[in-house]
Amino acid sequence: MADRAHDVAVLGVGMHPWGKWGRNFVEYGVAAAQDALADAGVTWADIGYVAGADTIRNGYPGFIAGATFSQALGWKGNRVSSCYAACASGAHAINIARAQILAGFCDVALVVGADTTPKGFFAPVGGDRPDDPDWLRFRLLGATNPTYFALYARRRMELYGATREDFAAVKVKNARHGLANPNARYRKEVTADEVMASPTVADPLRLLDICATSDGGAAVILSSMAFAKRHANTSGHPVRIAAVSTVTPTFPQTVIEMPNFATDSTAMTAAPELGFKDAIAAGAYEEAGIGPEDLSLAEVYDLSTALELDWYENIGLCKPGEAERLLRDGDTALGGRIPVNPSGGLACFGEAIPAQAIAQVCELTWQLRGQASGRQVEGATAGITANQGLFGHGSAVLCVR
Amino acid sequence: MTKTAIPAIEGWFTDRSDAPALIGSRCTACGTIAFPKATAFCPNPGCTNQEFVDTELSRTGTIWSFTNNCYQPPPPFVAPSEPFEPFIIAAVELAAEGIVVLGQMVRGTDIESLRAGLPVELVVDTLFEDDEHTHTVWKWKVAV
Repeated sequence: MADRAHDVAVLGVGMHPWGKWGRNFVEYGVAAAQDALADAGVTWADIGYVAGADTIRNGYPGFIAGATFSQALGWKGNRVSSCYAACASGAHAINIARAQILAGFCDVALVVGADTTPKGFFAPVGGDRPDDPDWLRFRLLGATNPTYFALYARRRMELYGATREDFAAVKVKNARHGLANPNARYRKEVTADEVMASPTVADPLRLLDICATSDGGAAVILSSMAFAKRHANTSGHPVRIAAVSTVTPTFPQTVIEMPNFATDSTAMTAAPELGFKDAIAAGAYEEAGIGPEDLSLAEVYDLSTALELDWYENIGLCKPGEAERLLRDGDTALGGRIPVNPSGGLACFGEAIPAQAIAQVCELTWQLRGQASGRQVEGATAGITANQGLFGHGSAVLCVR
Repeated sequence: MTKTAIPAIEGWFTDRSDAPALIGSRCTACGTIAFPKATAFCPNPGCTNQEFVDTELSRTGTIWSFTNNCYQPPPPFVAPSEPFEPFIIAAVELAAEGIVVLGQMVRGTDIESLRAGLPVELVVDTLFEDDEHTHTVWKWKVAV
């Protein structure tokens, strides 16, 4: 595909394997950054800009991730930013680095995110904070993240006749995809019976329907197209980021979102044409000038198995209500028409929040280069990531080669 | 000694025991309703008004979706009983307001009886108790 004026190159990618390692998050980020630098064939000295994706569960160094990672790699006076956008933090950091490159402020940028996570449910930030809806939803409702995932899952069952077996089939598919992925935390076949027999967390979702929380780190090296074309490692033919969508919902937001108690009201203003999750991908397609029919693969945020089915519709792979059929027909499995989560997805990784949206771009890059050993989508030329964070932070990154 | 009942949060629902209601806000300029109440800015992007009046939301609605929470949530959730017992949360659509509101279903609700579209009504019920108070909150109950 021809270059667009706002394309940037993905020069290199790197990850620290996901797991429950219990070490400081900075170690994972630095390991991922060093991998990405080596993959790109550049050195730390070449990096003009560092965009850090923040973690809020690791104290102050996590809030200023850009500086934390810069110091860990060795202070050298590069420019820096740190951003938090919940689960979308990594994609937002990519977007910041992209804008710096496109504005001509730097040639080569490092984007990095890493996390060390606690066991069990994500809980709100500590203290007595009755002004914070994230605190209040736990206090007044006992609504955890899986509560919201379960409401969406049940809605699919009520509206479209989805079954628990469908949800389990998503896990079975993703577990198979992740078997050969060296960065995945879980590399083991899972049967539908095992999913169905796992304890119910939030009905209809079982433990194996819901992604774990993981430690991990991911990094990408981005550059201008001009730099990439004269850089030996890319052979003049790098993977390109053709779009990054970071849209918010449009009022009135009619689907209940974490951590809210209610939707917006449609009494005085009609619902927008596109719901929030539809708008996330639509923004990327519009920016890139390509559509879902051009995709070879997608990496979507399967916080739960049922949410993966929602994404099929939200990114335009099928019409609302048709996701179960797509899954049952094998269209979204490796070897199918449009494989979804060939990396194994969150089902095999668990979530390392600030690293996850970057990891999705790492996978697209390996796929588009033909380097996704054991999980390769043959002849991949375009892929999209989709992701949604708390408080209306969405993201989609579209990569082409 | 009877414990005093106090709302777990001030100003979100009326404490009339016979016919309680959630208290939302209505923008005095564009009429947009919000729950929890808007106080400083209107959620409508086309409206710059900063004045709102309280408005009681419909006491009845229909189920949009629901779930049974089988694991104890982390703090600041306070379990009303030991050992922990699963509880149902429903998302309920209020037609007049065009809004979906979350709430726990009252204890004893049979999850197998629930489905999208089922009518429910608002009640005020115990969220948890401490040594001095019964902390109350709004909940949904299948309408009879």
